[in-house]
Amino acid sequence: MPADLRILDLRKEFESHDGGATVVAVDDVTLEVEKGTLITLLGPSGCGKTTLLRMIAGFEEPTKGQIWFGDKRVDRLAPNLRDTAMVFQSYAIFPHLNVFENVAFGLRMKRLSKEQVAKQVNDVLELVGLGHLGHRQPSQLSGGQQQRVALARSIVMEPRLLLFDEPLSNLDAKLREQMRQEIRELQQRLGITSVYVTHDQIEAMSMSDLVVVMNAGRVEQVGTPLEIYARPVNRFVADFIGNANFVEAQVVDAERVRLGAAVLPLAEPTAVAVGGRVTVVVRPESLELGPAPAGGARGERYLSGRVTRATFLGSHAEYLVNVEGVGELQADVRNPVQLGLLQVGDEVTLTSGALHALPVG
Amino acid sequence: MLRRPLQELRVIARDPLLLLLIVAIMAALVVFVLVPVVRVLLVSFQTPDGFGLDNYELLAQRRLYRNALRNSLLVGAVVGVLGVALGYVAAFVLTRTDVPLKRVLSSLMLMPIISPPFSGAISILFLFGFNGLVTRQLLGLQDFSIYGFGGVVLSQVFTFAPIAYLNLRGVLAGINPTLEDAALNMGASRWQVFWRVVFPLSIPGIASAFLVVLIESMADFGNPLVLAGAAFPMLAPQAYLEITGSFNLPRGAMLAGVLLLPSLTAFAIQRYYISKRQYVTVTGKPTASTSKAVSPAAKWTMYGIVVAFGLLVVAFYAVILLGAVTRVWGFDYTLTLRHFQYVFSVGWDTIKDTLLVALISTPISGVLGMLIAFLVVRRRFPGRAAMEFTSILNFAVPGTVAGIGYILAFNGPPLILTGTLTILVLNFVFRYVPNGIQAGIAVLNQIDPSIEEAAQNLGASAITTFRKVTLPLIAPAFFSGLVFAFVRAMTAISAAIFLVSANWNLMTVQILNEVGSGRLGVAAAYSMVLLVIVMVAFGVINRLVGRAAQDASTLRF
Repeated sequence: MPADLRILDLRKEFESHDGGATVVAVDDVTLEVEKGTLITLLGPSGCGKTTLLRMIAGFEEPTKGQIWFGDKRVDRLAPNLRDTAMVFQSYAIFPHLNVFENVAFGLRMKRLSKEQVAKQVNDVLELVGLGHLGHRQPSQLSGGQQQRVALARSIVMEPRLLLFDEPLSNLDAKLREQMRQEIRELQQRLGITSVYVTHDQIEAMSMSDLVVVMNAGRVEQVGTPLEIYARPVNRFVADFIGNANFVEAQVVDAERVRLGAAVLPLAEPTAVAVGGRVTVVVRPESLELGPAPAGGARGERYLSGRVTRATFLGSHAEYLVNVEGVGELQADVRNPVQLGLLQVGDEVTLTSGALHALPVG
Repeated sequence: MLRRPLQELRVIARDPLLLLLIVAIMAALVVFVLVPVVRVLLVSFQTPDGFGLDNYELLAQRRLYRNALRNSLLVGAVVGVLGVALGYVAAFVLTRTDVPLKRVLSSLMLMPIISPPFSGAISILFLFGFNGLVTRQLLGLQDFSIYGFGGVVLSQVFTFAPIAYLNLRGVLAGINPTLEDAALNMGASRWQVFWRVVFPLSIPGIASAFLVVLIESMADFGNPLVLAGAAFPMLAPQAYLEITGSFNLPRGAMLAGVLLLPSLTAFAIQRYYISKRQYVTVTGKPTASTSKAVSPAAKWTMYGIVVAFGLLVVAFYAVILLGAVTRVWGFDYTLTLRHFQYVFSVGWDTIKDTLLVALISTPISGVLGMLIAFLVVRRRFPGRAAMEFTSILNFAVPGTVAGIGYILAFNGPPLILTGTLTILVLNFVFRYVPNGIQAGIAVLNQIDPSIEEAAQNLGASAITTFRKVTLPLIAPAFFSGLVFAFVRAMTAISAAIFLVSANWNLMTVQILNEVGSGRLGVAAAYSMVLLVIVMVAFGVINRLVGRAAQDASTLRF
């Protein structure tokens, strides 16, 4: 049984507008998505994620490469024959049709009977909580309701593939959080394979089975949210997902590195020879801060430094600490209200749990 | 080099119906827009023994032709300046100041646009002709002649200043009034605000309006034919006379070719240079747009000019109405319905023909315009730019050129159409489709393309998407295209005069015939009937637009 969606060496080049060099928007991407999973394409703007999604939907023509839905090759198929349903960033609700007719549009294209259309539309409107608004005009809807219409219009099609193009970027923060959960619950309940484009790492982390981190047209890493956060394959991924300090360290043995004056454990053994240099990712929240002891050093797992900036953020505090032999590190400490806020100039010791070393080469 | 067109073709070919449509439209544009113009140019180089510049050399040799060229250019330039000045004043007063009766005055300003293009000329004959009310009856002048430069300029300013007004209204309404506030705030006087801010911002619009009026004036056929007179030859009527009077097609074609050149040049400048330099400041916020840049004295002076023009419009139409119910203008002013009786008996077939041609060509032109706009804006295919260019080329092709071209192109195999209803319909469809296309393109550019993508994504083919989604969304442009096409079809003359026949005649042509044979009363009666038909149609379509506009208001979210 082939994967539900397979993308093979897919490439998209655009001619730049002034007729100069071609721009590579998607650079030989290969991906497989299993049935029922929600995969996010995550990356900064211009990384090619939307172009990739639009090629899957059929709105852009690949320069080369293949797209397969199961055992059916679709990359040369017109968009209306692909059996995908897309939720657009701008919702793209038909402004001349009411809510019911918007949702019914695709079913009518399938030439379903009147009764079937009515039943399915009403069911799905019920499902997204718009059961009473079928007769509303789109202009009479709030942003969240428009979003739900767009969602209903897509899932009523029971498509082979659900596509989302940054669907939540026009909503305010609270609503975004709520819709995120609703979309994920619906997707899991219906078991529809979905591709979700976003530049918001929180959205990607909280909704996906798999995250595809993209940069400059290429896939940097594919993994579960935990994998890409805990074991980024390179500096770009580590930097894009969450905050990170990057520190040059020296390999002591396969499982430990020297960081300034301290020796710290690695999360996974490194292949770099003893004495070689690696870059380790130090997440700000993994650093533990404590007051400097009167007598000096506290052992080989501890670094010492001085606070150079302190920012109070309520649930946590962000400190910038100048660490001897390492440089400035950002450290986040939870619950500063009860633990007490450090001041600029305070002497501190720092330590960390097992560190992730970026693979070399 | 060929990769992109081939790829575009492959994508389009996935929707065979769409491909077929594109090919059909392109073929039609070539046959009914390009070929006639090319035929005119070819014939203009035709000599008794092959091809040569002989016809064009006549331009240097013969005073008649030289004068015709000079007169047409001169009149075009003068009408352009006067028309734009009047149009600018009217646009400024009616969009940027708080004066009474704005709506009424605006409607009056636009009246000449929806009338036959030479109804002004008929009024001028009634008022200032040899038996004119003013010249003969009031002033007792015996040897005053309105024919020539003065008469043509007067009637053309009356006819084309409204077009300048229409163009400039959008420009002036689009200038953000806060710019005036900013200039005043920085210490500029009112005079400086106008000349340093408002006027410079409207220069592209002014230049554009000037060129549009210039094109219209040079292409105008009816006013010169009625008012130029034998001593003041002009290109368009002269070309007509060469062909219908002397049966000299090559010379007529040569004059048409001479007419084409300045028109195309002005069109190219307007479209590819000036229109890219319009400063339209688009903000979402509605702003009170009353200008502070004019003193009350200046404002009321300009208002006086606009009111005077409005009164002139009223007077002109009143005179036509009076002329239509007067026994013999200048001699016997008893009231009579004789002229109308004549129109409805002898002219009944002509009225029917005119309506039939207009009613057939209008919807075709309307749908075609929206289709072309849709294809040009939303689809990528080889020849897209050529399609856009060809489809709006008729903006610049004077009717005389198109008319002669149609006789040349469709008088023999493979397509023999002369003397048929078809040739009139085709001519009108392709002549009056550009306005619909422009309106459609403008509206489509405002509509998020993902709305149409959504339709396709949900299973609609390209044609279904156009029918179910695009067309309803661009309904306002569609209807305004319809209004334009209908009005133009009813009032067309310059191309139509070459294409009418004993079987299919048009009211406008008949009006000119009546003027030519001195029966002004009948001409006036025809004009009134025509005007009433146009006004009724205008009212009906406007109501439809009102409803469509309501639906379209949901567009803005």
